[in-house]
Amino acid sequence: MIEGKILKVSGPLVIAEGMREANMFDVVRVGDKRLIGEIIEMHGDRASIQVYEETAGIGRGDKVVSTGAPLSVELGPGLLTNIYDGIQRPLEAMRERCGSNITKGIDEPALDRQKFWHFEAARVFGDVVKAGDVLGTVQETEVITHKIMVPPGFDGTVIELRSGDFKITDKIGKIKLNDGRMEDISLMQKWPVRVSRPYAQKLPPVEPMISGQRVIDALFPIAKGGTACVPGPFGSGKTVVQHQLAKWSDVDLVVYIGCGERGNEMTDVLREFPELTDPRTGKSLMMRTVLIANTSDMPVAAREASIYTGITIAEYYRDMGYSVAVIADSTSRWAEALREMSGRLEEMPGEEGYPAYLTSRLAQFYERAGKVVCLGSDGREGALSAIGAVSPQGGDISEPVTQATLRIVKVFWGLDASLAYKRHFPAINWLNSYSLYRDRLSPWFSENVSKSWMDNTARLLKLLQEESDLQEIVKLVGMDALSAEDRMKLELSQSIREDFLQQNAFEDTDSFTELDKQAALIELIFSFGDKANKAIEAGADVEKVATLPVRERIGRAKAVAYADYKKVYAEIDEQITRELDALKLEA
Amino acid sequence: MIREYRTIEEVAGPLMLVKQVEGVKYDELGEIELPDGSVRRCRVLEVNGRNVLVQLFESSAGLNLAHSKVRFTGHGVELPVSPNMLGRVFNGMGEAIDGGARLIPEKSLDINGTPINPAARYYPSEFIETGVSTIDGLNTLVRGQKLPIFSGSGLPHANLAAQIARQAKVRNSDSKFAVVFAAIGITFEEADFFISDFKKTGAIDRTVLFINLASDPAIERISTPRMALTAAEYLAFECDMHVLVILTDITNYAEALREVSAARKEVPGRRGYPGYLYTDLATMYERAGRKMGSDGSITMIPILTMPEDDKTHPIPDLTGYITEGQIILSREMYRKGYMPPVDVLPSLSRLKDKGIGVGKTREDHAGTMNQLFSSYARGKDAKELMVVLGEAALTPIDRLYAKFADEFEARYINQGFYESRSIEETLDLGWELLAILPKSEMKRIKPEMLDKYWKGN
Repeated sequence: MIEGKILKVSGPLVIAEGMREANMFDVVRVGDKRLIGEIIEMHGDRASIQVYEETAGIGRGDKVVSTGAPLSVELGPGLLTNIYDGIQRPLEAMRERCGSNITKGIDEPALDRQKFWHFEAARVFGDVVKAGDVLGTVQETEVITHKIMVPPGFDGTVIELRSGDFKITDKIGKIKLNDGRMEDISLMQKWPVRVSRPYAQKLPPVEPMISGQRVIDALFPIAKGGTACVPGPFGSGKTVVQHQLAKWSDVDLVVYIGCGERGNEMTDVLREFPELTDPRTGKSLMMRTVLIANTSDMPVAAREASIYTGITIAEYYRDMGYSVAVIADSTSRWAEALREMSGRLEEMPGEEGYPAYLTSRLAQFYERAGKVVCLGSDGREGALSAIGAVSPQGGDISEPVTQATLRIVKVFWGLDASLAYKRHFPAINWLNSYSLYRDRLSPWFSENVSKSWMDNTARLLKLLQEESDLQEIVKLVGMDALSAEDRMKLELSQSIREDFLQQNAFEDTDSFTELDKQAALIELIFSFGDKANKAIEAGADVEKVATLPVRERIGRAKAVAYADYKKVYAEIDEQITRELDALKLEA
Repeated sequence: MIREYRTIEEVAGPLMLVKQVEGVKYDELGEIELPDGSVRRCRVLEVNGRNVLVQLFESSAGLNLAHSKVRFTGHGVELPVSPNMLGRVFNGMGEAIDGGARLIPEKSLDINGTPINPAARYYPSEFIETGVSTIDGLNTLVRGQKLPIFSGSGLPHANLAAQIARQAKVRNSDSKFAVVFAAIGITFEEADFFISDFKKTGAIDRTVLFINLASDPAIERISTPRMALTAAEYLAFECDMHVLVILTDITNYAEALREVSAARKEVPGRRGYPGYLYTDLATMYERAGRKMGSDGSITMIPILTMPEDDKTHPIPDLTGYITEGQIILSREMYRKGYMPPVDVLPSLSRLKDKGIGVGKTREDHAGTMNQLFSSYARGKDAKELMVVLGEAALTPIDRLYAKFADEFEARYINQGFYESRSIEETLDLGWELLAILPKSEMKRIKPEMLDKYWKGN
């Protein structure tokens, strides 16, 4: 065992001597309280260690012991429904053991060692298996079947495998590796967080991740296996967007990382998700959720690790062939943690004090997303989508973290404070947001939603663009200067904004909208627009068209329950025709 | 055994280097004895071999390298606490300065606290009626929330904070209530305003005051809010009280932090503030809340003055990212004479959604709130257009919106610092104002609510 002595303590950074034998990125235990740290630099026999816990009370001469292993997560049944801190310590178990505040030096295994899981073996003696092959399954929650896979590097022959009830560390079988060694298999495996888990092949993403959020699905869709970012100033609703995605996305599993954000937000997820029902499975949302919480008052170094902890867990479920979404709120706090460590290491700073390697670290994180063919002989496919919030200072997206992120991700949902002030939520600005997946996803939408989906959504975007041009004119010369046709364009785009894009996350019937209902709502709004234009051509008065009673009904159309929407929309469409025909007659 | 060192090597600004020490720990509290016998306090910022870098909490005047002695106490900075703190006045370092009897502490607590386990928090959801329409109706405050006031120099944030402290109550609840007030580098007059207001209402007996005035050492300000929060945590989580913490002014705190950071020659973030300002502020703000195993709560109202009224300045900006909303004061409203001059549109309470509605406020609250916001926003847009192009350029409906915006400001926002409106009065006033607009515009309100409460025709 390698043991060193502390020379220097500066906040979360500790320098120890006598560490020549230790490896880079090994986990070490610091001081009498055995705080958890990680070696991030070596100079001769001096190791720089970032400590994941508060270092008050540590001084020169205290012991540092290397564990000889890199920072790893425990992977196995029991991850789901759990809440962990940035280095995968179970917060619920910690609360039971030491009360409502987080004290130092707690050692608590990530996965419950006492709980029994029922393992159903799928392989028998003599089967030749390779890494990624499914050995059997555990029903982890009602909605997720946990596949116990052959760990990478364990190619060989099954010598022993039993079904039955096991604790997480019990031996469930044995594999004779191809080089002749015998390895025990348990329900749990470990994986270093900074190394991405292997897969067979990466595939281009072609299927959308349906979020039920109209502005996202219709205008700026994200693919399963894609990457997106949500930058926005405070108060613009980043967290609500992230929560909505975590709640309603049509993925099998969600890993939600609260990275340097408010404690109450994590509590909100923790208390609310068990109560919510997944519209697809009819079961509690918590059954498909893993939470990683490193709130802003927790030690800063663990914040840096939390992102990796989260994505490694997500990769593990992806390897089972699931579609997983990683939602990280907020990557800016992670970047700040990098900056703080970099400053303490006295590295030469890049832009705004951030380290020069900020971009490459961000790229490494997002590159772990993707749609893949998993390891294993069955060729199953899994997808990992990564969505990161960014908190640009002062809402100014020219700052380094946002810019570095934008260079990597394919979808940009730019939140806008001025929309938020008008209580237009989600406050995604339709003029500067984009999705580079639109084209790639278009065959899927045409096949699965409607032929007109792509054209209609493109028309939406175009109208909104025209609106902003027309608004400029109105600001200069007033509404009177507009032609009747342009006037109608303004009315129609207002309807798109208020009746389609605005969505109330706190209203049960509006929080989530199915794709076919979205398509029908767009058709309904355009139906009004097209018929109104004809009426105006026939001489109807714009002011009267704009104030027709049916418009209020269109405004309430989004809140119509899914079961009734076809009937109600048909009624509204009839009313549109009736009222506009009356105006035509009048003219 | 406590050793004394006479090895002070350097003193520069708030920092001091002590050499040849043994067994000193990071973040430990030290005491410096000056040749004249007076004692000053300091804290270890960095241990580097046998040298330690310490930060002074008081001025370095009179410090003498040759004859001053340093001893380290073996623990961090602590605050002695007891339920008898109520009604007392302390300085920024937690020493009683009101000349009262010596406090017999129940225990001493480390002022840095420890992070609250998010799994042990209760989500704040109990409505606090402040009696201020713009807060109760539009940016509802709940128990355990941290809701800062973003102000500018010369704006009456103190009046608003005092009004909240005076009027705030939770209905159907008779639990114990206390105020912890921390003056961080503010003027005597401003501190005196609060104290005399607390005295007038009798709240002073339920108040713990921590006073660091503008004339006190700036470095002391780094510990003042932490002293106050430690007292608040003790009262809330150990004595089961509902504590309202008012911290004013956070801008002074951040400046003191910048001073230390600059003296340490750290790589600065924006505007010279240290890169860890976010984390540092968060470790204070996040101490608000409610947690399992205790009936008490900490509700926090930090006040900060935005330099040049600039919301993107690092202090308000980072605060906004941590706190659960913000109440922004507007110079425009203040000039119009509307008090409290709350800038409604950019103000926000993130926790309002779970604190309003049936059983908390009233069933129509959510809908009317959204409708008031969006109608006021549209009314303001219309008024802007009117300024450029004249009233004639507006559509008839926009003219109504402009009228609505005017009335809304004059009646809803403008209520004065001494009127307390019940939540029903606030909601009814909202309906009265909405009646200026046609019913068909009420798209944010559910038809059932409209049928029940609509006051127009």
